[in-house]
Amino acid sequence: MGLDFSVVPSYFGVLLLGAGWTIAITIGAGLLSFFGGIVFAVAALYGHWTIRLPMRLFGWLFMGTPLLLQLFLIYFGLIQVGIDLPAFVAGVIGLGLHFAVYNSELIQASILAVDKGQYEGARTLGLSRGQTLRRIVIPQAVQAVIPPMGNNMIALLKDSALVSVIGVMELTLASQQAISRTYRPFEFYLTAAAIYYVINLGLEAALRRIERRIQASR
Amino acid sequence: MSDTAFIEIRNAAKSFGAFEVLKDINLTVDRGQIVAIIGPSGSGKSTLLRAINELDPLTSGEVWLEGVQINRKLPHRQYEKHVNQVRQDIGMVFQHFNLFPHLTVRGNITLAPKMLKGLSTDEANKLAEEQLAKVGLSEKIDEYPSRLSGGQKQRVAIARALAMRPKVMLFDEATSALDPELVEEVNLVMKQLAEEHMTMIIVTHEMDFAASVCDRVLFMDQGVVVEEGPPEVIFQSPENERTRNFLRKHLARANGQA
Repeated sequence: MGLDFSVVPSYFGVLLLGAGWTIAITIGAGLLSFFGGIVFAVAALYGHWTIRLPMRLFGWLFMGTPLLLQLFLIYFGLIQVGIDLPAFVAGVIGLGLHFAVYNSELIQASILAVDKGQYEGARTLGLSRGQTLRRIVIPQAVQAVIPPMGNNMIALLKDSALVSVIGVMELTLASQQAISRTYRPFEFYLTAAAIYYVINLGLEAALRRIERRIQASR
Repeated sequence: MSDTAFIEIRNAAKSFGAFEVLKDINLTVDRGQIVAIIGPSGSGKSTLLRAINELDPLTSGEVWLEGVQINRKLPHRQYEKHVNQVRQDIGMVFQHFNLFPHLTVRGNITLAPKMLKGLSTDEANKLAEEQLAKVGLSEKIDEYPSRLSGGQKQRVAIARALAMRPKVMLFDEATSALDPELVEEVNLVMKQLAEEHMTMIIVTHEMDFAASVCDRVLFMDQGVVVEEGPPEVIFQSPENERTRNFLRKHLARANGQA
């Protein structure tokens, strides 16, 4: 039996809607992982131990357990304690926090690599520790980790397919629905793969633009 | 404290473990005076300079600026507040410039006046233009530091410090990291400040420059001020054997380089 893509166009709408959700999840979780990564990094480096210790545990939990399990915990587990999140929100939080932990590791290393002279330059002008961190150290640390953080964003886009298991109608789940009606898995999964690839190209182009803009100031 | 004393350092001492970097140093600088500190590396001259604005706090002793004790012993929070306040009055220029690479020249100069003195963007921009004109770099206002030569970077660093309208300027080997042909442009800016009667304390290896702009020269060795006096005395007829040795070696090295 050969491939027959003729069934695909009639499901284009469904697939594109799924792609839209994939993009929305990626942007939402990407932003959460970026800002969350900065907050986690600062807390891990400068927080009081009563903040640092739980942060460390939290980090181990998110790095040492499967993302799939984390999504289950946030979506199904939290219902038991009365927190009933919409699937999309649960997906964004799960993916976002998971990658925030990875971004935080990058940003911590980068903060520690900022030259001591930068602190001295800022402090001698009269800036406080906090002001120096916010305006001088963190911007430089974040700029330096944009390329590796970009790799995390690409991983995040691909891992967004996992959110299908909690019922968010993103690209993977949308293809599955089309398949359950047409019994054409190969065609739809290939089409979905192609769409993921195109979204990825767009993401990479955006990351390259950001990198170029930063490079211009170096 | 004497009537004219603007900066006064009393019984300054600092040690790292058993190693004494500074031993009972006393120094008084009057308003508008320009003092050079010379001496071999490891003599404690940079440490003394950095003690003035609490970058390297003293182990014991006092630092006063215009009747305010800089190194007051205070509870942590109050100490931080106090230090952030007094540092606004003390400009410092470093060997390695320490410009902020993620900000333009304008951003480097306007950051602190906007954040700490509440200047509006317009006011801060005007201030940046003024200070840059003073160091002869008006056309570089929108460049990033990476596009500047070492001499230009250091002039921007001076403009950045001056934008806070400090009462005193500290120079920590401001020209030591520069290629020889870039030293003069920075020296010129410092001379100009001298003519405007800015109070300055200058740690330097450049004896000619020290001789030409400074009112007083301190020779430090092994954590003590060995000898001090007007430049013509220190450079031409030093009394102390260690001063003579240092100057002789330094002169030989300078000639060797030329």
